Amino acid sequence: MAELVATSPAKGLLPVTIGGLTLSEPAHAMMTGISPHTGEVAQASALLKQATGCDLPAPNRLTRSGDAMALWTGRNRWMLIGAPAPEGLAETAALTDQSDAWVAVTIEGPGAALVLARLCPLDLRDTAFPEGTATRSEIFHMQAIIARTGPASFLVLTFRSMAGTLVHDLTTAARAVAARAEV
Amino acid sequence: MCGERDRREFYYGGTALSRPVGTDWSAEWDDYLHLRENPAGRSRELWYHETGCTAWLVVERDTVTHEIHGVRLAAGGRS
Repeated sequence: MAELVATSPAKGLLPVTIGGLTLSEPAHAMMTGISPHTGEVAQASALLKQATGCDLPAPNRLTRSGDAMALWTGRNRWMLIGAPAPEGLAETAALTDQSDAWVAVTIEGPGAALVLARLCPLDLRDTAFPEGTATRSEIFHMQAIIARTGPASFLVLTFRSMAGTLVHDLTTAARAVAARAEV
Repeated sequence: MCGERDRREFYYGGTALSRPVGTDWSAEWDDYLHLRENPAGRSRELWYHETGCTAWLVVERDTVTHEIHGVRLAAGGRS
């Protein structure tokens, strides 16, 4: 019988530091996709708030409380990260366990927005994409969830099978940004 | 829904049509299935925000200038 070893999606690829930027993989966390039933968003949001401290945020936003984070990821869709789905939520929403389906990369440091700006079509300037923004877009044609978790830190999520490509694209862009900074 | 976004995130879904009432074959159904206008000017189209909020949108677009005159969620029903 083969011995199976659990590894994280970007194991061996991250962390890397390029210029003043650090790309790293956050600790593996539980992830649950939440799609409330028709007309039950408020109910689901209240339940989630009570259990985790996070309610279901408005479009393009995220909410955080302790280790838990709820991100808006599309029309009537949210992702809960870092906390188990509360008891009873399945009554008002369709839940899917996404824990092992995604790779997460944190990009921290000055110029983090410049790196992402090379790869995705979002307006990432501070005024248009302030801290607490979360949305679904693309990174070099890969569907991705992109969130600004701090003044100079971003969280990028893509499907786990694309971990290698994601790290390659991010590090290539980070090297280019760092090279420009030296000129 | 998620604000102004880049063209690259959207997918064109054809003309926004009104489905004929009833299930019997008629000239309206023939028109609905096979015949399309090819306007030089304003047209109502369906667009899908594929790598974004995944909403279907009804967009009023000028095919000559590419100017967008109005956008609403297709899920809101007909208007």
